Amino acid sequence: MTHLDGNAIAGVLEQLFGRDLTLASSRCTGCGAMREVADIHVYRSAGIVARCPDCDTVLFRIVEARDRMWLDFRGFSSLQVRS
Amino acid sequence: MAGTALLGRLTWLVAEVTETVTETPRVRTLILDVDGWPGHRAGQHVDVRLTAEDGYQAERSYSLASAPEDPPALTVERLDDGEVSPYLVDEVVPGDRFELRGPVGGYFVWDADALPEPLLLVAGGSGVVPLMAMLRHRAAAGSTVPAKLLYSSRTYEEVIYREELERLDGRGDGLEIVHTLTRAQPPGWTGHAGRVDVDLLREVSFPARRAPRVFVCGPTSFVEAVAEGLVSLGHRPGRIRTERFGGT
Repeated sequence: MTHLDGNAIAGVLEQLFGRDLTLASSRCTGCGAMREVADIHVYRSAGIVARCPDCDTVLFRIVEARDRMWLDFRGFSSLQVRS
Repeated sequence: MAGTALLGRLTWLVAEVTETVTETPRVRTLILDVDGWPGHRAGQHVDVRLTAEDGYQAERSYSLASAPEDPPALTVERLDDGEVSPYLVDEVVPGDRFELRGPVGGYFVWDADALPEPLLLVAGGSGVVPLMAMLRHRAAAGSTVPAKLLYSSRTYEEVIYREELERLDGRGDGLEIVHTLTRAQPPGWTGHAGRVDVDLLREVSFPARRAPRVFVCGPTSFVEAVAEGLVSLGHRPGRIRTERFGGT
């Protein structure tokens, strides 16, 4: 399965966070790499799995259903957004 | 969530198809009327959600093809095993409606009033769609920023927006369009043949010292090959924005 960019899930993220997150800087818990969210690797099937392009650590998982979403953001040690 | 109407909050909107344009045998453009459309930037995309009678939902992302100066339009390529694209390409008729979330994404966008840096666009197949929005925006805004589009298609018949690209190329406003055909070339073809490689990038792209703003869109393998090629020619990775699309 080939990956997409974080940019591809801009819609889900904006619906969740109320703002565009693709230009936010994220830090990976696995290797400490700082990356723009647009730049991380995203795998999409029944749900969304985002992985660090540098060390493949799972950054977050999102499952969308009809009336709810399940979130697991275990792989971000920080997320920096412009205020 | 769809019922919350907070100002500025991203929610699902209802899009009505007003017109369809057949671009190639596998590709169609849907021009939309979206109630509450907030306007978009060239290069952004939307998520489309279809709901079956039994409640099953399928969601896919599609790039906006139109300039921000025009109504939203999606150009969709049919993937034969897809859940959404066969409906959008083969079945939708004007008056049909579906749900749409967007526009989204602030990463893969180009504004005509940004710094007058050269603009280098590299497209593989239907990856041309968000880049076409940029070229339409450039023309609509009267921009004369030097721009190049390097566009790789399998065959001549599969070149999306072929006639409009010819018109844009002929405006004499600083845009140059270079085609390459990877699978077959028609008799008398004067464009390039074969995949985009470092030699072709060196020949047709702006040199790295001119620090162009670069947008690359296409299948994952195409995007990675082009991005690596550009970096090897001295372009800074931070100047290269990529958008990959997968197979479904």
